[in-house]
Amino acid sequence: MNPQSESLLQTRRQFLTTSASGPGGAALTSMLAADQARAAANPLAPKPTHFPGKAKACIFIFMAGAPSQLDLFDFKPKLKEFNGKKLPEDMLKNMRFAFLQKDSATLLGSSREFKQHGQGGMWFSDLLPNLARRADDICMIKTMQTNQFNHHPGQLVMQTGTSMWGFPSAGSWLSYGLGTENQNLPSYVVLTAGRGTSGGATLWQSGFLPSIHEGVRFRTTGSPILNLANPDGLPTSLQRKGLDALAALNKKQFDATGDAEIQGRISNYELAFRMQAAAPELMDLSGEKQSTLDAYGVNRPDPKKKGNRGGGPGTYSTFANNCLLARRMVERGVRFVNIFHASCDHHSGLDEGLEHNCGMADQPIAALIGDLKERGLLDSTMVVWGSEFGRTSLGENRPGYKKISGRDHHPKAFSAWMAGGGCQGGLSYGETDEIGWEPAVDPVHVNDFQATMLHLFGIDHTKLNYLHQGAAMRLTTIAREASVLKKMVA
Amino acid sequence: MKATTPLRSFTRALFVSLLPAAAFAAPGSVDFQRDVQPILAEHCASCHGGVKKKGGLSLATRSDAFADTKSGAPAIVEGDAEASELIVRLITDDEDDRMPPEEPLSGADIDVLKRWVAEGAKWPEHWSLKPIANPQPPAVERADWVRNAVDRFVLARLESEGIKPSSEAAPRTLLRRLSLDLIGLAPDAARSDAFAAAWDKAGGVERERLYSEAVDELLNSPHFGERWGRHWLDEARYADSSGYEKDSARADAFHYRDWVINSLNADMPFDEFTIRQIAGDLLPGASIDDRVATQFHLMCQYNLEGGVDAEEDRTKRVADRVTTIGAVWLATTVECTSCHNHPYDPMSQRDFYRVYAFFNNTDPVAVFAGTPPTDAKKRLEERAKKWGPIADLIEQQVSDKNLATKLQGQLTQMRRYDNDKGFTRVLGERKENRRVTYLFHRGSFLQPDKESGEVKPAVPSAFPQVDAGGKSEADRLDFAKWLVAPENPLTSRVTVNKVWMRLFGAPLVNSVRDFGMRGAVPSHPELLDWLAHHFMHDAKWSRKSLIRLIVRSAAYRQSSHARPELAERDPDNRLLAWQARFRVEAEIVRDLFLQTAGLLSEKTGGPSVFPPLAADVAALSYANNFKWKTSPGEDRYRRGLYTFFKRTAPDPNLVAFDCPDASMTSPARGISNTPLQALTTLQNEVFHEAAQAFAKRLLNDASLPDDAARIDCAFALALGRPCDVDERKAMAGLLAEAKAYYAKQAEDAARLIGPHRAGRVSAADNAAWVAAVRVALNLDEFMTRS
Repeated sequence: MNPQSESLLQTRRQFLTTSASGPGGAALTSMLAADQARAAANPLAPKPTHFPGKAKACIFIFMAGAPSQLDLFDFKPKLKEFNGKKLPEDMLKNMRFAFLQKDSATLLGSSREFKQHGQGGMWFSDLLPNLARRADDICMIKTMQTNQFNHHPGQLVMQTGTSMWGFPSAGSWLSYGLGTENQNLPSYVVLTAGRGTSGGATLWQSGFLPSIHEGVRFRTTGSPILNLANPDGLPTSLQRKGLDALAALNKKQFDATGDAEIQGRISNYELAFRMQAAAPELMDLSGEKQSTLDAYGVNRPDPKKKGNRGGGPGTYSTFANNCLLARRMVERGVRFVNIFHASCDHHSGLDEGLEHNCGMADQPIAALIGDLKERGLLDSTMVVWGSEFGRTSLGENRPGYKKISGRDHHPKAFSAWMAGGGCQGGLSYGETDEIGWEPAVDPVHVNDFQATMLHLFGIDHTKLNYLHQGAAMRLTTIAREASVLKKMVA
Repeated sequence: MKATTPLRSFTRALFVSLLPAAAFAAPGSVDFQRDVQPILAEHCASCHGGVKKKGGLSLATRSDAFADTKSGAPAIVEGDAEASELIVRLITDDEDDRMPPEEPLSGADIDVLKRWVAEGAKWPEHWSLKPIANPQPPAVERADWVRNAVDRFVLARLESEGIKPSSEAAPRTLLRRLSLDLIGLAPDAARSDAFAAAWDKAGGVERERLYSEAVDELLNSPHFGERWGRHWLDEARYADSSGYEKDSARADAFHYRDWVINSLNADMPFDEFTIRQIAGDLLPGASIDDRVATQFHLMCQYNLEGGVDAEEDRTKRVADRVTTIGAVWLATTVECTSCHNHPYDPMSQRDFYRVYAFFNNTDPVAVFAGTPPTDAKKRLEERAKKWGPIADLIEQQVSDKNLATKLQGQLTQMRRYDNDKGFTRVLGERKENRRVTYLFHRGSFLQPDKESGEVKPAVPSAFPQVDAGGKSEADRLDFAKWLVAPENPLTSRVTVNKVWMRLFGAPLVNSVRDFGMRGAVPSHPELLDWLAHHFMHDAKWSRKSLIRLIVRSAAYRQSSHARPELAERDPDNRLLAWQARFRVEAEIVRDLFLQTAGLLSEKTGGPSVFPPLAADVAALSYANNFKWKTSPGEDRYRRGLYTFFKRTAPDPNLVAFDCPDASMTSPARGISNTPLQALTTLQNEVFHEAAQAFAKRLLNDASLPDDAARIDCAFALALGRPCDVDERKAMAGLLAEAKAYYAKQAEDAARLIGPHRAGRVSAADNAAWVAAVRVALNLDEFMTRS
């Protein structure tokens, strides 16, 4: 075994010792006592990968609610042709839907204009004109599949690999496996815009992993991290003097008791102090060029149109701001950034709703990819667009709806994409059938997508484990065998 | 969830779990459990376990391993390694036949397996399934150290290793340790002083009396139930909301929480405590309290998201109940058996559905919380009339999707109605239209395996069977009694193990929720059995008696100072040569801040409360559907276990300190140490307010003539001990700097003091004291049980 990868691999000894754990084994268990103080001080130290991988950081943009792939990426002219027609019964036999009435539902063609872009001829609808120009950086998957058709369980699958609660999100796994490059910032940061997601804080939980790997939410107004600012009226000079006194007294306690955990505590108070300086610096956009701010659309006003589903005012600027902050974070060595936005659940009002959301997302995300590329960061930064599932080719006809103007939840086929981080730009992976109902070729389970993400980081998804409830758990779950999509790797 | 980081002491404990046993092994002999099982589990079980029986071979149980294989060649021939296919396939040169296919086993592992087969392939029953023994406490050399039977087991082991136990901790440390362990609050300063003074004057017998009095005082405190109740609530996956997207408030959940606290305070025997929670509703003449106890089963999550298949959600909840009981009482990992046979423990998929059948005919029903009013019947009728078909159909209702959206609103309204009118929901047993239980193919409720027939309620076949009391079929009450029957090899072992963990920072069996093949072996097997036997038969399941016994042992009273000479040999303190030192739990961190500041409300029980919370935290919940309104008056300062726990937007002050997320049972919390914790206790509103109030408390105390006296008092209040010269100097220095700053910065001073302005000093001095005491409150010693 390559000794360098030992921190990620299950050694026999580690297996035996961690398998003896109660609430969860830990990678740390194979350490000798002498290492404990260091580990207690910093479980986030950078760690080697299993094999070389290009990706060093990930920005995962989660479009919660599930935007319609049929109106954005998966162009289906036949669907338009069959508009208003019913599906054959055998296609519906074993399907379950959230709201849709199977017996009377009819197909709903997209009202969008689609064009091919880039050298690979990737399809985009007119709702994403800026993103379309990045087609050659994007690796599009049209045949994503999940096993959940309700929001919260689906969001958990996309973030944690399983619909069960209590499992770590991808960001937590990467933080656990790789540590982080900037010790003055959290390894895993969460940014939110718009209304709360179905999953709330469960989407960035560390589950059974140590809580240091939990996503830390940065706020865009006020103090960027909860409790980051000094208490009102306490100057930094006194904070420093207080911490000096605290460290001296804690050191005395360490000398008396010999408990290595105290050294960890001393280090953590110092790290907290450094974070107090590093986080505001990160959030301070005054050093950014005006052209950069304009490219992202920071400070854009919300449009005065319909389609905003309870996101509150300022969603456009917050989302743009979040994209720019994500770049600043990976620039500073943060391992994983989640950007959440939740209002793509278009059971009705699909056209105006999606237009509103794309107006918000298109420009900043395209700018983010361009900006990362210009700075030479795109190769090492994986940008992901994903959602918990897709939407039906059938129009939603739930009782009480006066007209059909939206689509129901659809787990059988949806689109997700990534850019950068060593993925194959310009590639459209997988094809759905003529109406976008299910994959015609190359189905991709969410866990396959996750295995591929880890692969691009240089991690074998079967070997990034944590012993929990007697089993070596992993992001891609032990319930099924996930595969790395080698074609997606550049 | 935060069933997370192993206890720090666990991680240490894990490390040497195999060493001591090895030290006792006779040279050359192979021990199945210690030497063989780990190899089989690691290298073979994934293909030759309960799930996949490749080539017809499973190594999950003895009978499997000795059964016929597909090829006809016996896998294991006792005493004959060369005739055993198991060995032949390990050493063959033929790459196609060699096992494991990827990579051969190491020579050492092969040697172990060969010797094991040669020595007769002994496959003893797993330790945790053997009947609980009643071992004789062993003889020891240093009999003077022994205070009770517990010590004989601990000391015999230490003596066999040539290790001396640690000396007794100082009296103030002992009192603080006891107080934190038993009630989760610090002893007050005067009590500490008095205890230490009396201790210093007293001789041995008198000290014993002082100590015992302190123990009894704490066990009789109403805070005992809060402290130990919280441990149980972790296991019960208690929360104040229903989970998933909607995560609606369960404003009546506190009835169960209070039942747990009251039961512990009344020292309800653990067998009764168990029976009431599992099947209190089926007890003859069940009281309201007996029925409230069954809310244990209602603590699981409900998905009320639009479009959820209600039957699927219901079956998930039933499975969750089976899983939870498996973990809490039996320390058996059963969750995987909802879909397939257990890969390495003797538990089949059918076993899972046998237990499932006990719970498949339960539905929530409404009862009055507390004493039913005289017109109870009328009110129940009113309720039934008002809510019609949904009144008692809380679990079945959502199956019609079209009704779902409307119903969610109605259910929320109904819960509000119930709260207002004094109703709460408990578990009831369905009398008519009873559901028939089938095994679900691959765990899917859409694929009931009707071919293999109905699954009747029963316990897993590896255990002594349940007594149906002459009925044709056992019911949930029989199952509850079976859990605590003396023949059950697990419940008592599992329970004493967790009690021990709370008092030593690490359990005797490291894997508190897995006593199976892949779980740990006990560090002190005889002690575990003795305690388990004692708990059932002598203590009559009294947890207070068990705790009293353990805390009165000399082992418990040892100093928690590290033993550098043992750092290499026993870094995890598996041999118990010293006591543990660990940070207190999430709720207790805040409790201590409030207590020291003089803010803590000692009110027990009642609806959950809302201490201050950053405004945007509650907004994280779905579509911002939840408003957090800070509680007025003393409810702002209640103990942490009363804080309203919203699953999708929990209080970050709790999460930061490893409070579990209530998604599943959590028998042991992690103890992490992070910079976010430092930020929390240094600057969070709740903790800073405690610093403000603490400064005011010191400054308003007319008996303290000067700053030196105040510093002494601050240490006495915060740490229960006097401060020493260095500490006094450090605090005085900080105070002087802060005074100089605030003398010039009046506005900052006013802001730092906030609403807690002390009466007798200048604002500058007041602010300086706030700046100083927040350091004392952030000392490692302050939030550590040592």
